[in-house]
Amino acid sequence: MLKYLLRKEFRQIKRNAFLPRLIFAFPLMVLLVFPWAASYEIKNLNISIVDNDQSSFSKALTQKIISSNYFRLTDYSVSYSAALKSIEAQKSDIILQIPANFEKNIINAQGAKVMLSANAVNGMKGGIAMTYLVSIINEFNASLIKDLMPLSKSTTNISTIQIDQQYRFNQNLNYRVFMVPALMVMILSLLCGFLPAVSIVFEKELGTIEQMNVSPVPKVLFILAKLIPFWVIGLIVINIGFVVAWAVYGLVPAGHFYTIYFFTIIYILTVSGLGLIISNFAQSLQQAMFIIFFFMLVFIMLSGLYTPIDSMPEWAKWVAAFNPLKYFMEVMRAVYLKGSDILQLWKQLLALIAFSIFFNIIAVISYRKSS
Amino acid sequence: MDNVITATNLTKQFGHFTAVDQISFEVERGEIFGFLGANGAGKTTAMRMLCGLSKPTSGIGTVAGFDIHTQTEKVKKNIGYMSQKFSLYDDLKVWENIELFGGIYGMNDQDIKVKTDKLMYELNFEKERNMLVASLPLGFKQKLAFSVAIFHQPQVVFLDEPTGGVDPVTRRMFWEMIYKAAENGITVFVTTHYMDEAEYCNRVSIMVDGRIEALDSPKNLKAHYSAKNMDEVFQKLARKSQRKE
Amino acid sequence: MKQLLSFVRKEFYHILRDKTTILILLLMPIIQIILFGFALTTEVKDTRVAVLIPQSDEITTKLVERIHASSYFDVVNTIQSSYEIQKTFRDSQAKLVLVFENDFAAKLKHDGIAHIQLIADATDPNAATSFTFYVSNIIASYQQDMIGTMKNPYQITPEVKMLYNPQMIGAFNFVPGVLGMILILICAMMTSIAIVREKEKGTMEILLVSPMRPIYTILAKITPYFVLSCINFLTIIILSVFVLKVPIAGSFFTLVIISMLYIFVALALGLLISTLTESQVAAMLISGMALMIPVMLLSGMIFPIENMPLPLQIFSNVIPARWYISAVKLVMIQGLGFSAIIKEMLVLSFMAITLIVISLKKFKVRLE
Repeated sequence: MLKYLLRKEFRQIKRNAFLPRLIFAFPLMVLLVFPWAASYEIKNLNISIVDNDQSSFSKALTQKIISSNYFRLTDYSVSYSAALKSIEAQKSDIILQIPANFEKNIINAQGAKVMLSANAVNGMKGGIAMTYLVSIINEFNASLIKDLMPLSKSTTNISTIQIDQQYRFNQNLNYRVFMVPALMVMILSLLCGFLPAVSIVFEKELGTIEQMNVSPVPKVLFILAKLIPFWVIGLIVINIGFVVAWAVYGLVPAGHFYTIYFFTIIYILTVSGLGLIISNFAQSLQQAMFIIFFFMLVFIMLSGLYTPIDSMPEWAKWVAAFNPLKYFMEVMRAVYLKGSDILQLWKQLLALIAFSIFFNIIAVISYRKSS
Repeated sequence: MDNVITATNLTKQFGHFTAVDQISFEVERGEIFGFLGANGAGKTTAMRMLCGLSKPTSGIGTVAGFDIHTQTEKVKKNIGYMSQKFSLYDDLKVWENIELFGGIYGMNDQDIKVKTDKLMYELNFEKERNMLVASLPLGFKQKLAFSVAIFHQPQVVFLDEPTGGVDPVTRRMFWEMIYKAAENGITVFVTTHYMDEAEYCNRVSIMVDGRIEALDSPKNLKAHYSAKNMDEVFQKLARKSQRKE
Repeated sequence: MKQLLSFVRKEFYHILRDKTTILILLLMPIIQIILFGFALTTEVKDTRVAVLIPQSDEITTKLVERIHASSYFDVVNTIQSSYEIQKTFRDSQAKLVLVFENDFAAKLKHDGIAHIQLIADATDPNAATSFTFYVSNIIASYQQDMIGTMKNPYQITPEVKMLYNPQMIGAFNFVPGVLGMILILICAMMTSIAIVREKEKGTMEILLVSPMRPIYTILAKITPYFVLSCINFLTIIILSVFVLKVPIAGSFFTLVIISMLYIFVALALGLLISTLTESQVAAMLISGMALMIPVMLLSGMIFPIENMPLPLQIFSNVIPARWYISAVKLVMIQGLGFSAIIKEMLVLSFMAITLIVISLKKFKVRLE
């Protein structure tokens, strides 16, 4: 019987004027365009410099900042308030103020000061700008010691802890590498969440569900016939993702493809199950759409897409623990970038299996053949 | 007597509103049973309870020997249903709809194919076989819906106002199909508000405000209410209605 | 005019009858703004750290204690050998591994130099940059305290000031973004679905052949949604100010004006989508799903527009949310006046007019 129900679902999808195109065009468009937008590499920060000293030291510092890769000089402003104007006009991100007597204070070993003011509306960007600027000043300090420290006080007797940094899995700190697997997860979730959410309620609005309800179709088979096409759609989408990630961004999973396929199959069952539950409860197409939209937006925003889950307050971490998308996002990034395998992702696996069983049982129960 | 449908004090309430109020009747095997009533009299609700689409609030009923409270899925195996609103899949072809419902009722590909060929021939539908249902005229759609409802040889077929909105010629053809189905041993339970159609039934019941006000053969009813035709019978009974549409 | 008013009233009754949908529409933004306002933050907090210490000594212990004590880090794990590092990352147990040298304290004392290796999981490059910076700072400050008296006199001390958002609260950045995103998506979905539904049922044709001019019909249709969106806007603002503690630094009035303009643009966008699609499902997929990603990624809500490649920077200009979010940041967070957002006002007004004109043209074509 399932065979006939599946034939029906596939024929309907095939005949829809919009869906087949959407299934191919949507992932392609998103993956071709948006990774380029999703660059959070903070380079070319705009800096306004207020130099009240105009000395060789202040110029040396300025030069060091400009010659770094991170900053682009917007303007030399005459005063702080002039510099603030260019922040307000969004021309610059950070202000460096060098006070008068800067050079004199350094040479006299009195300790000089500079003032840094970053636009922190975007806390992340402001913070990173500040980080870069402070480390440039620290390097400048180190060179000052070398140049000015009298030989008698030579640095030999100062013990130092040498810090070596090593970035793994994404050595070039390329943000795109971080975002491409995440976008694949987003596309998959949207398609395999939105489409099931309308599929049953759509039959309710058309009235065709009556003919099904009055037939001896077992509830489990009806739900299964609604789910299986999304497996196929989801696998098409994930394969498109693989190809684009490789062809356009040169990205192949560090781990195994079969790990991703395995998780994808379970994950599709999870989101599609949720979609079907919504479809069962919704009284109209409109309601179904708003509810799935609500869930999808919350799932995406609380998935660790670009704000780390670790940074969230405790209660929000709990909310995120009930977010299937979060687990799949972790899996995708871990397999793509770190080469994790199923055993190392057992927590995510258990969570997703639990969600998929729970959602699909509810989906079967909430599908009512009689009122 | 072999009763295919029995209902005893069947009642359905929606909140405070009693749509169907303690109706009792039996339908014999092979009968064409007309279920008459004005709009809102409770015909469709009663029929939906018998089909297992709606749970009765109280009262008991059996269809094809199965209880409509506890054995709805068994009931469904043995009935066919054609709803008031056309509810086959518009985006499937004619043969695809037949295949789908044949398959749901447990037929295999081979049986479905043989029977579809025969049906297409009988209906003179060979041209339309490969057309999308959406592109068929209404009369065709209704014939198709009826054929699908009896495709699996159910014991009973429930028809909810099957001829709404079609022309008199098509209606006549439709009733010929109903007669043929009855000859093949399928019990027909049909709601309608066309009184000329009521004349075609073996027995009719007339519902007013959720109750059955009269139940007999058209001939006896006309005699009892001393009316020329069923329309007059109906007018006399329907006048009692308190319900507004 | 009277005709229009009675028509608007009819539309209101129509929408208010579906109580469940209204409830969903009013509750949705409330839950979202609270969730996102609190949970979306890019600040480094509780980053999980693992340490590898071949020989534990006084200095390594103190350093690890100090790192653990900071709010940035949680030292969760001690590993025994460098073979375990990769596994630690793959299991997602830690995002940063600190590898101390053999005989750390002894080397520091006798050789004057000892090495710590910071190995970061750079899957998320920005988080990696930030937390390696923080941990380096902690180590550096420990060292400062250690050498204490031997302070370098030739030093520049930066005084740091974070403008507009001194505590670097995530909500300051995300409230304008979330506001812009929720408003446009909900508005576009509501109008496009409502109008396509009438198209599907055939009732739109009846309205369009009535003696009322199409523009009035359409205005009447979108007025209830406009009111509903204004209510949503107000609830989001009230929650932002009183629950998320994001103050309105500038003029509330200016904020309301630009927001109403933006809502109008969003409704007009929904209208345009409804003229382009024939089914509710298609309308929803376009306005809810396909629109979500560009609004999220190209509006400057998450990713700074100036970092994008030029073609995308140009493309981002057609995203209404980009202009609105920028205006809200300027007014609400930076406290600037009306003159600062004239550009945004003009662009949004232009968009509103264009969208309405195109949709009206499309509707007329359908009639002829």
